[in-house]
Amino acid sequence: MAELNHYLILSGVLFTIGTAGVLLRRNLITVLLSIEVMLNAVNLTFIAFGHFLGSADGQVIVFFVIAVAAAEAAVGLALVISLFRHVETLNPDAFRQLRG
Amino acid sequence: MGLNLILFYAFATLAVVTSLLVVAQSNPVHSVLLLIGSFVALAGLYVLLAAPFVAVIQIIVYAGAIMVLFLFVVMLLNAPQEDAVQAGIMESGATRALGALLALALVAELVWAVSRSGAAALGSAGEGRHSWSVTEIGVMIFQDYAFAFEATSILILVAMVGAVALAGRHLAEKKS
Repeated sequence: MAELNHYLILSGVLFTIGTAGVLLRRNLITVLLSIEVMLNAVNLTFIAFGHFLGSADGQVIVFFVIAVAAAEAAVGLALVISLFRHVETLNPDAFRQLRG
Repeated sequence: MGLNLILFYAFATLAVVTSLLVVAQSNPVHSVLLLIGSFVALAGLYVLLAAPFVAVIQIIVYAGAIMVLFLFVVMLLNAPQEDAVQAGIMESGATRALGALLALALVAELVWAVSRSGAAALGSAGEGRHSWSVTEIGVMIFQDYAFAFEATSILILVAMVGAVALAGRHLAEKKS
């Protein structure tokens, strides 16, 4: 049977993949997708702990995390569109000016 | 080896492989579609953890709504290929190798730390554990977490106004 250890290690692996994506990739869309991977790794930890400790609080918090992730995706993608209109690229290294 | 464990390994492998491909793909459209696969695998894990409500909103809200938003933006911007690698300290192969090495070190450290913790003492998943119904979770959201729920609604309103203001700024500038 799968123990809590299995879920925590899987969550750690997924979180590391997301972190590596944020740090290594040079494409704003992929960076936002990597942040979603990290959020999902944290959600898995909440659900696993909630299940093994016999509490529903983990599921409620995941509900809120998904709501915040939706808000983050909407604002983040609006920023990407706004930046793309100025510089015509998705490379984060190209955004060097504070002036619009 | 029980069915629970076999399913766990199947979903875990699917989640890790698709997440790795999300990061490795150069085409953002492929990345978005692979991330939907990763979300489906995680929804399967939530079902194994007796959380059917979260599994369903994971599919409907995450894979259904948020990923479609990403897909819209990728196709709207129509810039699928990553920009050519520039010569610089951040883009050199040695720095990437160092980053990958540090990521592997972080994984090894996490595995070591988790295996030394007392987490295994909590037993195994599945039988004999309470499966929370949508009614119970709804009562918790509207009683214990009522303030957080209302705050989330304000957050979503702010995000909506912010997204429209940011993405539609050029229209306002044209008019004036």
